[in-house]
Amino acid sequence: MLLIILRRLGQSFFVLFLVALISFMMFRYVGNPVDNLLGQEATVEQREALIEALGLNDPLFIQYFDFVTRVLQFDFGNSYRGALPVADMILERLPATLELALVSAFFAMFFGVVMGVFTAINRRGITGNFILSSSLIGVSLPTFLIGVLLIWVFSVELKWLPSFGRGEVVELGGWTTGFLTVSGLKSLILPGITLGLYQMTLIMRLTRAEMLEVLRQDYIKFARARGLSERAVYFGHALRNTLIPVITVAGLQLGSIVAFAIITETVFQWPGVGLMFINAVFFVDIPVMSAYLLLVGTLFVMINLIVDLLYLAIDPRIRDGQLKRQER
Amino acid sequence: MNKLSTKLALGVVASLTLSTLASAETIRWARAGDSLTMDPHAQNEGPTHALAHQIYDSLLQRDMSGAIIPSLATEWAALSDNPNVWRFKLRQGVTYHDGATFDSEDVVFSINRAMADGSDMKELLSSVKDVRAVDSHTVDIETNGANPLLVNNLTNMFMMDKGWAEANDVLTPHDVAKGETNFATMNTNGTGAFALVSRSIDEKTVLTANPNYWGKDLYPSEVTEIIYTPIQSSATRVAALLSGEVDIIQDVPVQDLGRVSSTSGLKVGTAAQNRVIFFGVDNVDGPTADLRVRQAMNIAINRDAIKQVVMREQSDPTGVIMPPFVNGWTPALNEYPAYDLDKAKGLMAEAGYADGFDITLNCPNDRYINDESICQAAVGMMGQIGINVTLDAKPKAQHFPFIKGGDSDFYMLGWGVPTFDSHYIFNFLVHSRTGDRGSWNPTGYSDSAVDQMIVSLESETDLATRDATIAKIWDAIQAQQMYLPIHNQVLNWGMKDGINFAVQPEDQPHFQFLTFN
Repeated sequence: MLLIILRRLGQSFFVLFLVALISFMMFRYVGNPVDNLLGQEATVEQREALIEALGLNDPLFIQYFDFVTRVLQFDFGNSYRGALPVADMILERLPATLELALVSAFFAMFFGVVMGVFTAINRRGITGNFILSSSLIGVSLPTFLIGVLLIWVFSVELKWLPSFGRGEVVELGGWTTGFLTVSGLKSLILPGITLGLYQMTLIMRLTRAEMLEVLRQDYIKFARARGLSERAVYFGHALRNTLIPVITVAGLQLGSIVAFAIITETVFQWPGVGLMFINAVFFVDIPVMSAYLLLVGTLFVMINLIVDLLYLAIDPRIRDGQLKRQER
Repeated sequence: MNKLSTKLALGVVASLTLSTLASAETIRWARAGDSLTMDPHAQNEGPTHALAHQIYDSLLQRDMSGAIIPSLATEWAALSDNPNVWRFKLRQGVTYHDGATFDSEDVVFSINRAMADGSDMKELLSSVKDVRAVDSHTVDIETNGANPLLVNNLTNMFMMDKGWAEANDVLTPHDVAKGETNFATMNTNGTGAFALVSRSIDEKTVLTANPNYWGKDLYPSEVTEIIYTPIQSSATRVAALLSGEVDIIQDVPVQDLGRVSSTSGLKVGTAAQNRVIFFGVDNVDGPTADLRVRQAMNIAINRDAIKQVVMREQSDPTGVIMPPFVNGWTPALNEYPAYDLDKAKGLMAEAGYADGFDITLNCPNDRYINDESICQAAVGMMGQIGINVTLDAKPKAQHFPFIKGGDSDFYMLGWGVPTFDSHYIFNFLVHSRTGDRGSWNPTGYSDSAVDQMIVSLESETDLATRDATIAKIWDAIQAQQMYLPIHNQVLNWGMKDGINFAVQPEDQPHFQFLTFN
């Protein structure tokens, strides 16, 4: 058991090193930060001195090795753009992204399950079919377009909700929250919907499919035969069994909500890590880009690791290695 | 970080109380990018200077029309017996936001700080030999040889309090290239019209009017509070203005100008920008080395069509790579040749390229207004005289290093002239690529006579002689058809009807000049 956990942990670290390596190889093609740093009046000598000082002339593997050595000491360096420490920048902006991700996840989960159940029960109804076909919009429209559309309707035309930013935030021991002010809550609505719409349709379709599957099971027929009310059959028996796979998938999607926040944050000027990453890409701010990619990589690896370990705990066959023996 | 957080919380409280007290005089201002640092000498960059100008003052500044006016210096002139020394008389009774008095010691300190290692402003002061305090309100700046343009280089050279800098250990600017920060990165103490209340990078910066501002009675000074928000996405920025969440935005995209100006309660302010857009071509190798080919390409560009179709009337076509504010500009130089396909084809045939040739056009896609679309239009126009152009559009972070490497035969570039003098153009774009000059001249063009004239401008104090030399250099460039000019960009600011505010040619709003209806 311990051996398996250690092996999984080792694999996770290996994946993270790969993420760092691949991102380092990509930076070669993003461009050169030197002109952004020096401005148009710089001389050729100044350029070369800076390139040397930043170590951009070193072979890729040496740059990579330096980076990994520093990261292992939790030193992510300073941003090229504002010269601030990258670790501080990420910590300062993480609350904004996590709150947005949380709101989106709740929105996606709640409406996804409710509409999924509704469309499963009313399979032939007009409303159910309308929800189902309009949900295709959520899957097929690009995020930035949804964001701009929402801004246009709710901010410009109706003037109900703010079009950008977090509103007033409250400081709680190093964590800034928008949950405690009216303007903060209002600011969360549009970006929350924009970010969660895709996940919502995904969860809705998954819930519907699972629910239809469960409704065909013998124990549902038996429950009906016992004369239980429709309500008890649907919500007491069917929904509970539907939710197990739905929650698993939703949990896995949490990582991609944080990662997809880049576009939503750009559209709504949401001061989170995604917006910081986009700015870093435009400026070729290599320390910020590598730290962000590593952060997202860590997030995905951690979620997968937890899922793996949970399966281990649940399924004794994996734990004992019986599956392998059976395969032979 | 903790210090920042408490400051932030205080700032929120302060801004809340202030906005209820004086909401009519609050200006909510948005533009695409945020300032990079509050240290006034660490970055030589537009949005950084624009914010710094609200908080710090320079010895002299450009007003909303671009003209130089007194600021912390009231008078300045080169000494009659020694043209190498400029004498500045300082304004009396000026105090910093913390109450300290501004005097000549601060000027000496600030200029030296701007010349220190890590400063991004030191190139502008490269001619300065020494700065001396003559008395408490007189300063002499001595240059290596006479420098008639020194004052043009001081409009963004901000003054800091020596005592404050010593107390907070910010004697030198933080070196951004070395990844340094200091107390001045997030904290300020200026003499300007506004004081910093709170700042959260890329999110919100709040400034409040300085009650002891020296220009209070000189300028309208009607704005009591500024809330500055960078909004990167242009659609969101326009939406924020349309929905009334902000009062003034810079960088209005050209496709949204109609929408903004047709909305009741909003207007668009327009002014020519100090930035010219042009194509560079290889002057020494390949087909474009032939003068006739360059001339043919120049008259094959339909500048009026680019203005009408690509720029939606928001450009000012030109025949010279110099914005109209610049010393040396004349209407005759600005005149652009008529679009003439037959003549262009004739020139191509004369040069032996009747069947055309293949060339790659390198173009940025995130730097200038509609940069990639202008290049696409040029591809079609060159096609009409047989030149088969392959377009290679890249982000600026890749485009500029590539063209500076000298490997491009045909490229787009834009140039702003912060000194408002032709020498700035010549020094970077025309002089041969040697040492620290000609860093943006990858065309291969090199003429030692022109180089000598350019260097002579730096110490020529007789303005008439100097202007004559400038005219001569322009004649040489135009005869050579060294560059293919396209247009000067136009600046657009969207704002509420109740605001009277001229659009500044350097894209720098100075809010003490703003008035309300």
